[in-house]
Amino acid sequence: MATLEIRDLHVTVEADNATKEILKGVDLTVKQGETHAIMGPNGSGKSTLAYSLAGHPKYTITGGTVTLDGEDVLEMSVDERARAGLFLAMQYPVEVPGVSVSNFLRTSATAVRGEAPKLRTWVKEVKEAMQRLNIDPSFAERNVNEGFSGGEKKRHEILQLELLKPKVAVLDETDSGLDVDALRVVSEGVNRVRETGEVGTLLITHYTRILRYIKPDFVHVFSAGRIVESGGAELADKLENEGYEVYTKGGASA
Amino acid sequence: MAEAQNIPVGSTTAGSIAVAAESTVATRMSAPPSFDVADFPVPHGREEEWRFTPLERLRGLHDGTAVATGNGVKVEVQAPEGVTVEAVGRDDARLGKAGTPVDRVAAQAYSAFEKAGVVTVPKETVLTEPIRIAVHGEGGTAFGHQVIELGAFAEAVVVIDHTGDAVLAANVDYLLGDGAKLTVVSVQDWDDKAVHVAQHNALVGRDASFKSVVVTFGGDLVRLHPRVQYAGPGGEAELFGLYFTDQGQHQEHRLLVDHNVPHCKSHVVYKGALQGDDAHAVWIGDVLIEAKAEGTDTYEMNRNLVLTDGARVDSVPNLEIETGEIVGAGHASTTGRFDDEQLFYLMARGIPEYEARRLVVRGFFAELVQQIGLPDIEERLIARIEEELEAAVA
Repeated sequence: MATLEIRDLHVTVEADNATKEILKGVDLTVKQGETHAIMGPNGSGKSTLAYSLAGHPKYTITGGTVTLDGEDVLEMSVDERARAGLFLAMQYPVEVPGVSVSNFLRTSATAVRGEAPKLRTWVKEVKEAMQRLNIDPSFAERNVNEGFSGGEKKRHEILQLELLKPKVAVLDETDSGLDVDALRVVSEGVNRVRETGEVGTLLITHYTRILRYIKPDFVHVFSAGRIVESGGAELADKLENEGYEVYTKGGASA
Repeated sequence: MAEAQNIPVGSTTAGSIAVAAESTVATRMSAPPSFDVADFPVPHGREEEWRFTPLERLRGLHDGTAVATGNGVKVEVQAPEGVTVEAVGRDDARLGKAGTPVDRVAAQAYSAFEKAGVVTVPKETVLTEPIRIAVHGEGGTAFGHQVIELGAFAEAVVVIDHTGDAVLAANVDYLLGDGAKLTVVSVQDWDDKAVHVAQHNALVGRDASFKSVVVTFGGDLVRLHPRVQYAGPGGEAELFGLYFTDQGQHQEHRLLVDHNVPHCKSHVVYKGALQGDDAHAVWIGDVLIEAKAEGTDTYEMNRNLVLTDGARVDSVPNLEIETGEIVGAGHASTTGRFDDEQLFYLMARGIPEYEARRLVVRGFFAELVQQIGLPDIEERLIARIEEELEAAVA
């Protein structure tokens, strides 16, 4: 069973000619089949955690370890992490001019699976996955994220999640900017992947809304660069009722 | 007096300015066209037509110090049956019919060449195999003139393939009879030190179609000047270009489409990728719609993809319209960067860095590569793109 282990992770970022510590000792274990929600106020470092796990060059790891099935993730390049089974659904995926969605998906699947998928089954696989996410077939010929609406970008991220079948999926604010219909479609996509039992999910969100569609096994409250409280799904209800204030005030000194 | 709209790139206000019979496109040049090099002063580099070009790297082509040597270029023409291939003297009436040199280097080439090549496809002859002209540099300096003439309703594909090392100044004339169809693929696959300056003049006959694909990879300095004029209404010109400008290279493409007769079309798409320090690409796209050219339909576009820091692009589309009675006229110029965020996104999907760059560059050029229509040239091109990308990663 695949396990992602994050131990005492410290991360800094360069901003305004100064080094700022964003993550201040994160501990978390995500096992295949589990769903963890990380909730926290803006600026608490949730997205930094997501991008640090994926290996974005902007972030510097200054301490701690991250392993996937015992392998040192922090030693891997960005593409190696993806091939090892880590997936990050991005909040703001960038446009890649000149590269069509179909070409991108196939190149990516080839890289992650280690061999080119057989064309006939692949075409069918993509077509069906797109249908399930209500993605128009014409998307295949459009350039990656070029001219996509916010909702289209998110559905495109989840399409990749479904096709790449990672061991651990980090979903960075996948719910932000989505209307209720789009949120339902995207959540159903995530749930289909979860139901296989083969993916550990780290759901990063600011709002409890998405947790009505995707039921977490664990909820962690993130504040000032670390997890300040962990619990079951009931913790989300508490956050819904009481907000983050108790953590932002008291948590800083905790 | 004619009313002209001069629309420079990035301009949001189209100021209407009165011009004399000479358009500003014509007056962009510091001297009127001429076959005689003596009619052009030696450029100093601040002239509109020279301001982007590093004159010191022209190896004397611009100031009269370059002299033809015995080991300039070797030209071999491979032509299917029915095609006439000749070497003619400078008194041949077909020379210079398609256009007149517009700058000093083109006039120098015209003044200095000894024998001109003339390839003729007789009227109504439709070739099924391409004509191949191999121009191989042997390390010296050469001045050339080549004419390709298609009779009425003739159809041909011509490949002009430049390889090796040379300092070459040349004029190439394309004469298309009524209803003729000519596709020319000019490949500049020079060695690193080569210098190549050429003016291409196409004269497109009534209802004729001219398609030019310019592919520039090599050379220290390549400066090409494709120009199109129409001999009668109904003519069409498609000008495609693709360049990959590497570290230290200067690649300049200056186009002019002169809509001088009514009811003609032109469509221009040039795309370039740049990488490495001091890679410099220049694209000038002049389209002139003269007052008499009613019913003109034209569009020109230049796109650049900057792959690394240190590269520079100058892209100047320029559309001059002297009549409002046209079907359409448009232009676009964009320069984009392949940036770290795009690279991160592709790599985060398991795609290795080299593969990610390859994907982006191949995607960028794909629509133009398809325009070539010759599998051997297409394959060579793709192989060259990969080589250039590999060299950059190494």
